[in-house]
Amino acid sequence: MSKSNFSRRGVLKTGAIAGAGLAVPTYLRADGHAGFTNAPQGSTVKIGFNVPQTGPYAEEGLDELRAQELAVEHLNGMGDGGMMNTFSEKNLKGNGILGKKVEFVTGDTQTKSDVARASAQSMIQKDECIMINGGSSSGVAIAVQGLCQEAGVIFMAGLTHSNDTTGKDKKANGFRHFFNGYMSGAALGPVLEKEYGNERQAYHLTADYTWGWTQQESIAASTEALGWNTVQDVRTPVGAGDFSSYIAPILNSGADTLILNHYGGDMVNSLTQAIQFGLRDKQVNGKDFTIIVPLYSELMAAGAGSNIQGVFGSMNWNWQLQDEGTKAFVKSFGEKYGFPPSGAAHTCYVQTLLYADAVERAGTFNPCGVVEALEDFDFDGMGNGPTSYRGADHQCFKDVLVMKGTEAPTNQFDTLEIVEVTPRAQVEYAPDHPMFAGGDLGECNPGA
Amino acid sequence: MLGLNSRDFKLFIIVCIMALAAPILLNPFPTASAMGESFNAGYPALMQRFVIFGILVIGFNILFGLTGYLSFGHAAFLGVGSYAAVWMFKLLSYNVVPAIILSVIVAGLFSVVIGYVSLRRSGIYFSILTLAFAQMSYQLAYSVFTPLTNGETGLQVYNDDPQILMGENSPTVPHFFGLEMNAQSVVDVAGWSFTFQNGYYLSAVFLILAFYLSIRIFRSPMGLMLRAIKSNQTRMSYTGINTKPYMLAAFVISGMYAGLAGGLLAAMDPLTGAERMFWTASGEIVVMAILGGVGTLIGPVLGAGIIKYLENIVSKINDGILHNWFAFMPDWLDNALVTIIHPFIGKGWHLTLGLLFMAVVIFLPGGLVQGGQKLGGLFRRKKTDDAADGAKTPAE
Repeated sequence: MSKSNFSRRGVLKTGAIAGAGLAVPTYLRADGHAGFTNAPQGSTVKIGFNVPQTGPYAEEGLDELRAQELAVEHLNGMGDGGMMNTFSEKNLKGNGILGKKVEFVTGDTQTKSDVARASAQSMIQKDECIMINGGSSSGVAIAVQGLCQEAGVIFMAGLTHSNDTTGKDKKANGFRHFFNGYMSGAALGPVLEKEYGNERQAYHLTADYTWGWTQQESIAASTEALGWNTVQDVRTPVGAGDFSSYIAPILNSGADTLILNHYGGDMVNSLTQAIQFGLRDKQVNGKDFTIIVPLYSELMAAGAGSNIQGVFGSMNWNWQLQDEGTKAFVKSFGEKYGFPPSGAAHTCYVQTLLYADAVERAGTFNPCGVVEALEDFDFDGMGNGPTSYRGADHQCFKDVLVMKGTEAPTNQFDTLEIVEVTPRAQVEYAPDHPMFAGGDLGECNPGA
Repeated sequence: MLGLNSRDFKLFIIVCIMALAAPILLNPFPTASAMGESFNAGYPALMQRFVIFGILVIGFNILFGLTGYLSFGHAAFLGVGSYAAVWMFKLLSYNVVPAIILSVIVAGLFSVVIGYVSLRRSGIYFSILTLAFAQMSYQLAYSVFTPLTNGETGLQVYNDDPQILMGENSPTVPHFFGLEMNAQSVVDVAGWSFTFQNGYYLSAVFLILAFYLSIRIFRSPMGLMLRAIKSNQTRMSYTGINTKPYMLAAFVISGMYAGLAGGLLAAMDPLTGAERMFWTASGEIVVMAILGGVGTLIGPVLGAGIIKYLENIVSKINDGILHNWFAFMPDWLDNALVTIIHPFIGKGWHLTLGLLFMAVVIFLPGGLVQGGQKLGGLFRRKKTDDAADGAKTPAE
């Protein structure tokens, strides 16, 4: 059955071609001459915006993308400059980064770790990006952070609230501007004490994955410190849609407070159903039944509508703040897109500027230089008051906002009001705090 | 040759060439050109996905293409294989060999269990059972088995993992006896730049082996038996043949292919998460197979390639890039064209995929391979016979 088609001439010919092919790599590009991955060539520098454009967090992702595009405009000297005018550092002149014009590529993470990594890899390998910014969900942030560490580029995490991102999964090439579960708990504690006293029976519904657990742990710790009792912690599957079977038992549990450790669509559904069950009209232990949502976002507030009125929660930043940085950012964002930016948008915008500034101060795009410039870096004028990046875990420390659903909204953007700006000192913790321990930052990796 | 008839051998050689020369074939445009920046797919991460998902769908096709049993939970085996591989990295060392071997074995055992239960039913009931098992695996991996899978965050290797076979100077990235998976050489030829990466070539070799094995299975007596089951299982039973062992064998082989793909994914990128098992991932495998051509040899590879291409290339085109392309046109035309194309790019890549899928299902029920054959038929009428086979496998 088998018959050979090889002739002497054919073998020689093939051999010659193969030999020539193997000789080609002697013309290898001197890759890595600059000492780090994707050293910018020519007059431009490329950064990658890796955000969910489809899937459950698409709204957040698209808002991040808008803010990042605005940041690139400002860096390149277009528009009104936004927060560049209020930023305490004055290295950014509107001529790009180190005189190189900023270009960007976008990718869709679909809020899936694998897809996010594929997209980030294509940004690094194909588009030669020097930095990856953005994203939603902690699982994705941790996955992409690990990838960037291996590849030797800087990663600025977007919307990620889990303690693990700068806890046990922290990486030297990764930075987080957003706050975390521990900070939410620490900020909410005193406000809850003032509002609801020291004798509450708390019932937790918790999204059954790492973010939910770390947040539940943080909130339980800070409320128990007030004297509250945690009646029960019930884990709910992510994306359940219908929470009624979890809400009914609360009525008979003796609890007078419901804490919803949910995010996005899950939070909208569970809160709405809790209200429909009439929980908030009940009186338990002689107190009015109350609901708390530790992590808020504008998009969730809009989704939950009037159900959110009077419900407490926390935020990283809100457009209603009255400092100069916030006003400048809200103005240029509003002029370009016609509505106020979300907290996720703010984080991604600020991070793009912070990265650019760190490169200017380091005088190089080398990730190790940037890491050095960002570690223990103090700045102001970016909407959160005096802020600093801690070198030990690359977490940003700043004031945290305690929010409440507006009782009488005046327009469609007026969903949340600021109850208190919790000072930074109150939400700080040691890098080896038990909730964050176990990780290893490692060495900064400049790649090739 | 190699026990294949001449037609299959030609196809096999074409696949070999496509796999080995992919870094060149997938970079048709100069690197710095606008077309190159948008449409070149010859970078390692994407090529790895082409071949790894190719392996996955080749395996799926052995089950679905030959027996007609539609497994809607194949991603579970992919995920189990990945977890097994990452655990090998965590416990032993970064050598990919034990990782890949264990991922195939674990996926094989897992598919024996699921197959044994699911294959008691056929048709839609079989599909639903496999789907149920896969979703169950996903939910377990996502929360209940968190100590084993690290839940939503995904399993990855930490610096303080045991890694008992790690020597002093062992590489800290996945490697094949010292050959690091992410090591690569870049060749610049005129305006082109081609990247040859170790990891890609390891996957490509596995693809070639997997493809060869699949041809042999298709042409074997067992393949014939599986096809017979597809055409009329009842008649097979009445003639006194016990079809169950054949079905289970096909299911397990297919599961092991998926395990191999999972192991390779982890070997290229030592991290895995539960969403690899989610039902949409299983659905994607089905779409890949149907798009390429169910029951054909080359179809699955094509289908996997096209979907991964759309997902990674089209999803990254944004309005700014479009404006660059049309910059030479008058403004109003530029804006009009961008408005028309906008829904199909970036986040709209699902829409593009959906339209493509509908077009294929409606006009080419045999998948893209049927399209190739039709095209080949056109050539054959006009020219002599020898142009036919080349057109059967359109390079994408």
